[in-house]
Amino acid sequence: MSNWEILWSARDQFWSGFLSTMEIFGLSVSAAFVIGCGMLYLLEGSRPRLTVPLRVFIDGMRMLPFLILAYLLYYGLPAFDVRLDAWWSGVGALAVYHGCYFAEIFRGARLTFPPGQVEAAKAHGFTKGKMFFRLILPQIVMQTRPLLGNQLIYALKDTAFLVIITVRELTAAANSLSGTYFIPTEAFIVVIGFYWAVSVVMEIIIKQCGRFSAKRGFDHV
Amino acid sequence: MFEKNASEKAMPETAASRTTAPEQIAVSIRHLSKSFDGVEVLRDVDLEVREGDVVTILGSSGSGKSTLLRCINWLEQPDRGSIHIGGQRIGVNDAGRPMPVRELARVRARTGMVFQSFNLWPHLNVLHNVTEAPIHVLGKSKAEAEAHARELLEKVGMSPKADAYPNTLSGGQKQRVAIARALAMQPQVMLFDEPTSALDPELVGEVLSVIKDLSAEGYTMVIVTHEMAFARAVSDQVVFLEKGLIIEKADPETFFTNPSTERVRKFLERDES
Ligand SMILES: Nc1ncnc2c1ncn2[C@@H]1O[C@H](COP(=O)(O)OP(=O)(O)OP(=O)(O)O)[C@@H](O)[C@H]1O
Ligand SMILES: [Mg+2]
Repeated sequence: MSNWEILWSARDQFWSGFLSTMEIFGLSVSAAFVIGCGMLYLLEGSRPRLTVPLRVFIDGMRMLPFLILAYLLYYGLPAFDVRLDAWWSGVGALAVYHGCYFAEIFRGARLTFPPGQVEAAKAHGFTKGKMFFRLILPQIVMQTRPLLGNQLIYALKDTAFLVIITVRELTAAANSLSGTYFIPTEAFIVVIGFYWAVSVVMEIIIKQCGRFSAKRGFDHV
Repeated sequence: MFEKNASEKAMPETAASRTTAPEQIAVSIRHLSKSFDGVEVLRDVDLEVREGDVVTILGSSGSGKSTLLRCINWLEQPDRGSIHIGGQRIGVNDAGRPMPVRELARVRARTGMVFQSFNLWPHLNVLHNVTEAPIHVLGKSKAEAEAHARELLEKVGMSPKADAYPNTLSGGQKQRVAIARALAMQPQVMLFDEPTSALDPELVGEVLSVIKDLSAEGYTMVIVTHEMAFARAVSDQVVFLEKGLIIEKADPETFFTNPSTERVRKFLERDES
């Protein structure tokens, strides 16, 4: 059997690794998006007692290598009597880590948000919550769309780190096959193909969303 | 272009004409003072706007016109004094404390504001700009809000653009949508802060004529403007601000032909030249 034939016969393993990666990715970036929006909302308040620690937390996360955060959640938390299995540690680490990146992207856009629009909202009787979710957030998401797309790709690639904490995802599948049959090159080429395919599909979706925002004058994709 | 027609002012039955007695006060401002960084921008300002009246505020740049207007809906918080809108005090509750945000928002919604820079919400189309606050602030049904919005867009001549997005409109069109958006809240008073100052000269007329129509319908309005002919045609009362003080308050005929202060005379001369 050629190396490729070996891989073909192990296709179920790849496929289940791929599904697992997609599940982790989908869940964690959805959570990260919600966390990012939530943090932006909390930063809207002018109470420094809340905003200062939040900013420090966001910056701290962004300066931390992702792998170390994953390690900390999986191997470090049990010291505090919190035990998460590998899968949940991985999803949690990805969600928090990329949530902070989302928050930072949103915060940058919020700084340049036209104050006149906020005044118009106040003048029309909007209170903070509705103004945020109906007027500010949708525009910020449309405006930061290309950066969010990039961040999704980073998040996808970061799922591969979870092999280190024993999550059985796509890279773990390749790892185990290459170990069993000593065919690292072919196994990893297959995996690269998977990651590329997902990234390309995401790029296309993001581009399509671009038309939606371009119609409203947000960018010219 | 803007000739005042007394019979026009006799109010037809519109949403705006909710007067019960002819002398009802829409906005009452008393002893209003406001400083920025220790500089007094408004000094003991008193002003009453009767329902159905149009008051224009004139004055040179930096005299405090915008600040006065923005105090009326509490976008700026005055240091001293009081403002009542339709008898309800804004910003301060009965106990003399700062109003809770929800209550403040409710009182604010009794005023409609039109800004120099339009400030439409660009992610919403024209129709949804107009229905956004009625639905999500007043709690109107979508159908009701849209029916009302279409009427208002008709009134400002923007019906054909109901589905367009703000970035595709001219300045004059944006401002007319902004007027419809403010009207949709059925405010007791409309506040205009230099509504035509950001417009190309050829677009000024279309916006002023919409505002003039509103005055004919009996809307109560406070307008900051530099358009003298318009102010003269549309006003019931003209107020002149100078360094935060009201130095002249008169009916438009007196104001423009026989002002009592030298300062106003100079101001009007400069405008003519
Ligand atoms: N938020 C602020 N912070 C500090 N100073 C301010 C602020 N807003 C206004 N001022 C100052 O208050 C004074 C009055 O400003 P205001 O905008 O009310 O003038 P205006 O009569 O509307 O002028 P213009 O015709 O140029 O619009 C100006 O000197 C201005 O610099
Ligand atoms: Mg001004």
